[in-house]
Amino acid sequence: MFDIDKWQEIFATIKKNKMRTFLTGFSVAWGIFMLMILLGSGNGLSNGVSSNFMNDAVNAMWIWTGETTIPYQGMKSGRAIQFHNEDQDIVRKVSGVGVSSGRYFMGNTRYSFKKESGEYTTITCQPELIQVENIVLNEGRFINQIDLEQKRKVVVIGTDIKTALFKDTIAIGQYVDINKVPFKVIGVCSEPGSTRNRNAYMPLSTAQMIFNGANKLHNLAVTINAQTLEESKVIEEQVRNVLGRKHKFDPKDEGAIGLYNKLENYIQTMRIFQAIKIFIWIIGIGTLIAGIVGVSNIMLIVVKERTKEIGIRKAIGASPSSVISLILLESIMITTIAGYIGLVLGTGLMEMINYFMVQSAGTAVASEQDGGSIFLNPTVDINIAIYSTLLLIVAGAIAGYIPAKRAASIKPIVALRDE
Amino acid sequence: MIKLNNIHKSYEMGNNSLHVLKGIDLEIEQGDFVSIMGSSGSGKSTLLNILGMLDNYDKGTYHLSGNLIQNMSEKKSAKLRNEMVGFVFQSFNLISFKNAMENVALPLYYKGIPRKKRNLIAMEYLEKMGLKEWANHMPNEMSGGQKQRVAIARALISEPKIILADEPTGALDSATSYEVMEILKDVNASGITVIIVTHEHDIAALTNQIIRLKDGLIHEIIRNGELKEFKKNLIRGLEIA
Repeated sequence: MFDIDKWQEIFATIKKNKMRTFLTGFSVAWGIFMLMILLGSGNGLSNGVSSNFMNDAVNAMWIWTGETTIPYQGMKSGRAIQFHNEDQDIVRKVSGVGVSSGRYFMGNTRYSFKKESGEYTTITCQPELIQVENIVLNEGRFINQIDLEQKRKVVVIGTDIKTALFKDTIAIGQYVDINKVPFKVIGVCSEPGSTRNRNAYMPLSTAQMIFNGANKLHNLAVTINAQTLEESKVIEEQVRNVLGRKHKFDPKDEGAIGLYNKLENYIQTMRIFQAIKIFIWIIGIGTLIAGIVGVSNIMLIVVKERTKEIGIRKAIGASPSSVISLILLESIMITTIAGYIGLVLGTGLMEMINYFMVQSAGTAVASEQDGGSIFLNPTVDINIAIYSTLLLIVAGAIAGYIPAKRAASIKPIVALRDE
Repeated sequence: MIKLNNIHKSYEMGNNSLHVLKGIDLEIEQGDFVSIMGSSGSGKSTLLNILGMLDNYDKGTYHLSGNLIQNMSEKKSAKLRNEMVGFVFQSFNLISFKNAMENVALPLYYKGIPRKKRNLIAMEYLEKMGLKEWANHMPNEMSGGQKQRVAIARALISEPKIILADEPTGALDSATSYEVMEILKDVNASGITVIIVTHEHDIAALTNQIIRLKDGLIHEIIRNGELKEFKKNLIRGLEIA
């Protein structure tokens, strides 16, 4: 196989047939290039959308209260349901439910520090909330269990609140008045993917005690351990059942409690993306087939064009196998190099787009206008790239082999007569 | 050297077959200078192709220096061609994308001789043909006579026992034709059997033996002594014309 003389012969042939070489190479390089761009764009779209979902835990579920809409056990519809702390324990016991955080809503609350003040949303929570919702701490710490047990008057404020009240000074350790009650700032947080960071977080127990909450809860945020849509549906149903028993409402009553299952949404969206991915693959395979047809065509013509040369070579003593290997090695070499060029250009272009996107995303974050990009990391799995290149090379080789074999096995005089 | 016994060859042309050679018996000695003549369709080119193992035959036997040439694999016949035979064609059949030197050197490539060495040998042969300055020229930059001399150099480089030339002068003017024949005469003088196919009497007259084919059979063989007679007749014929 590796015979320097043979390769010199091949290189000499390639050098003297630049147009033919270019055409073969171009069709291969173009096929791979287009495939890389298609698959890269598909991946980018799918990556972008799934990363938008990652802002909150994918398996998050929110439960809130409402009014009954179906009469049940002798009670009229239109009855308001109120959660209490026990309800969290009940939900927590449902199998499949992971961590949970109860929440008590306080509406707009006035925050003031020295001369600055503003109205912001206060979210009362338990430490587990950080596992359900995507909260990033820029400074300090989040609410912990001891804050909750000791009902400490502490608060974690969003970056917008921090800039509004504290400007450039250090907020941590300062006391901010919330509805005229002083709370110690223990952390500054932000929500990635959100344009507003105007939420503040305080321990549930403290809020219930200070702001007249008794043991009331407005909503529960939980994570569920479900892999499929069906599993999450079962957990939903169980939650409705146990809460229905406790509060005496029909478990089928959609109005009594509200449920938002993020996983359900996520899985559905991912299905759409699966479909888009399949579509892109079909187009990609189509492109690849077009490439294969192109290469095969050129190989057929190349062999046809070289029939007389084959005849001459055979007349002066070339064996059929040496003729075939000459043509095949040449075609394999051209397609390999061209395929590699297409691969490098295609992935290079996608990486370049990725690079500029990361840069512009960086400036977007700085200006706090990052609404979540729909296009992320548009690159192709290198294995797919290599396999498709190999496929083209093999296809080109087969497409060259069949006519080359035929040309090499006909009588030299027939090949010589070919004009 | 060459021994043909009752060689038959026919070509399939759709439904009917064309019987070209109808039993050829022929013996050619080492060192002969033979021309095969005949009208077109008489089977002279077919005979030459069979002699050169470029084509196979249907019936009979063909011995080339003692070896029976029959139903050989392409690989084996390619090797034999490389060792025994050198071809010269009417249309030269040079490889268009190779220069003169590379064309001449090609048979040695199939003999497995390294590039540098074979190019050196090719230059020697080109020099013999008086084409040293043309070594780096492509075939399309050369005249017909030059191309044919390159082709002869290529046929000679593998040091064959036989040179087979199919209408070597067919595409050349008469002055160049005589030059080429002069070269072939020199080749023959070095001991190589030369067989040419031609339909030109004056070219055939330069050889030592003329085999006339007619309708797929050997019509007559004119040997050395009788050749003088043939030449006389030819001259007389020319004078009448």
